[in-house]
Amino acid sequence: MPDLGISVLFKGKNLPRLLGGLWAALRISLISVVISFPLGILLGALMTLKNPFVKAAMRIYLEFIRIMPQMVLLFLFYFGTTRAFGWDLTGETASVIVFVLWGTAEMSDLVRGCLISFPAHQYETSEALGLGKAQLYRYIIIPQAVRRLIPLSVNLVTRMIKTTSLILMIGVVEILKVAQQIIEANRTASPNAAFGVYLAVFFLYFIACWPISMLAQYLERKWG
Amino acid sequence: MDWNFIYRNLPLFGKAALLTVKIGMAGIILAILLGLICAVIRHLRIPVLREITSFYIEVSRNTPLLVQLFFLYYGLPKIGVPTDAGICGMAGIAFLGGSYMSETFRSGLESIESVQTESALSLGMNRFEAMCYVVLPQAVSVSVPAFMANIIFLLKETSVFSAISLMDLMFTAKDLIGLYYKTTESLFMLVVFYLLILLPISLLGSLLERRMRYAGFGD
Amino acid sequence: MDHVTKRFGNHTVLDDISLTVHRGEVIVVIGPSGCGKSTLLRCINALEKIQGGEIKLGNEKIEYGSKRLPSLRQKIGMVFQNYELFPHLTVLGNIQLAPVKVQKRNLAEVQAEAIGWLDRVGLEGRENSYPRELSGGQKQRVAIVRALCMHPEILLFDEVTAALDPEMVREVLDVMLALAAQGRTMLIVTHEMRFARAAADRILFLDGGKIMEDSDPETFFTHPQTERARRFLSTFQFDNIKKL
Repeated sequence: MPDLGISVLFKGKNLPRLLGGLWAALRISLISVVISFPLGILLGALMTLKNPFVKAAMRIYLEFIRIMPQMVLLFLFYFGTTRAFGWDLTGETASVIVFVLWGTAEMSDLVRGCLISFPAHQYETSEALGLGKAQLYRYIIIPQAVRRLIPLSVNLVTRMIKTTSLILMIGVVEILKVAQQIIEANRTASPNAAFGVYLAVFFLYFIACWPISMLAQYLERKWG
Repeated sequence: MDWNFIYRNLPLFGKAALLTVKIGMAGIILAILLGLICAVIRHLRIPVLREITSFYIEVSRNTPLLVQLFFLYYGLPKIGVPTDAGICGMAGIAFLGGSYMSETFRSGLESIESVQTESALSLGMNRFEAMCYVVLPQAVSVSVPAFMANIIFLLKETSVFSAISLMDLMFTAKDLIGLYYKTTESLFMLVVFYLLILLPISLLGSLLERRMRYAGFGD
Repeated sequence: MDHVTKRFGNHTVLDDISLTVHRGEVIVVIGPSGCGKSTLLRCINALEKIQGGEIKLGNEKIEYGSKRLPSLRQKIGMVFQNYELFPHLTVLGNIQLAPVKVQKRNLAEVQAEAIGWLDRVGLEGRENSYPRELSGGQKQRVAIVRALCMHPEILLFDEVTAALDPEMVREVLDVMLALAAQGRTMLIVTHEMRFARAAADRILFLDGGKIMEDSDPETFFTHPQTERARRFLSTFQFDNIKKL
């Protein structure tokens, strides 16, 4: 049985290091989620306003962020800002900025889609029942919107986590970088370590995302 | 902005864009086939195969493409599977995209009410004919917008190809930044070329979606 | 049909039903909701599996899942409550699909027949419209034409006017009355009592999965034999208004 790198995982501090790398990736997505979700909700609500300037500006921001690969955005902020403004962003900071911008765009689109999907008769019925505007939102719109929004935003969290794998490319030390280091360090002792170590990374990402996906599916079924 | 530099490196970016589109599209076609097969398996509830496809879909949807590619490209050769970067890129897109396409087709199939099938059966069609003439054409047109969104998503995902040393747009941009410090120009080209690839597909997608909504399928 | 029983789980929907439909007969099935009327039709077309008894068309047994089913179903025309036109096809496309693809008949001949029927049911010039461009009553008439163009031996109508606005009910019922007058074999489930009285040769009153009454319309509507039928018919009267 050739050594496929499974043993490398359990050598020294390799497994804790790998987990530390995963945490570095998760932390960036967590920070970005915490910042971008409230911003996204605010922006999504703003987008339902009729003001044409607000609408046009939002639209351009949204479309640009959503059509560009996240990798390109990372490059733009990591390399571009140094050049344009002389900022010297660390990889982590650039990643958080990009994920916040991207997360806000995605979230605001979910919120907007959710708010405009209410059929007019819901508003009309509430008015006919004599509910005021605040009451309308408090009792009718927001409870329904939240139920629709939560599964979708939970899904967005897994997308964020998966996308953090890209920050390797702008030099952030996260799980894939740690994996590369481990493979490199054990090059002579176990030349086939790449198989086992990358399989472990694959598995760890799955462990991180799968429960969240299941939660989203469960909520969707429960409230769908 | 050094326009001369941009002009000189235009062919380089063109070649890189072509590579992205070529490998991406091949992967997407495979993903569509894979997705269609999985969707039919899950829709018809074929035992055993159904469990396997569910497992595949969960794994594929809950891991990043970059990690999938690292495993394919650097991991597999260690157990004696020879790999080629192009084939890995294609396989990665197919593996990732298959699950997304499958979900799209499946929800398309499920959106067609069973009484439509019954109506076809009552006209003397067999199950296969009912599927071909009545259910599938409707399911496919219902899924068109989601289907286009998947294609855009997958083309965007190809931006990680540079990690397995495919000379795509990212690779080229990074290379030029490293060689000549022409950051602004390289990033500009990068954005422009991605827009050239993605914008037409995105516009086509919203056009199709609007037409579908206008058509008002069903009632 | 002979001693047919249909159960959903523990719930018996059709309980030992025996019925013979003669050629050229128009039978109207009525009864309270949930009495099994629609299930009866669905069983005849083998859209539901039956747990007991057998159903025959002529001498041939209609069996759920059998290989012969598609060809038998060609002889049974069925019209559904919500029309179930195929939304991706035009009116003509809907009508000609099965005759051409399944019965392998000549396209031109089928089209000529379809257009002839469309004219007769008041839909001249609509053959290239899509279902979404038609009103409910028009869609239902197309669905009837679609069934007719298969040259069925018997037509099943499953509450075909239940989803229609009142002013459209008439145009569909008129078509059905005309078909009845042509001497076609028809089995109709409906809530339109006046239509039932005008069109039927026989009335079946179903309740609790059993045939409670099987008589000619005059007898049924003037002297219903069972208490249940009397009570059912009285729900269509508005003579005694309760005070809240």
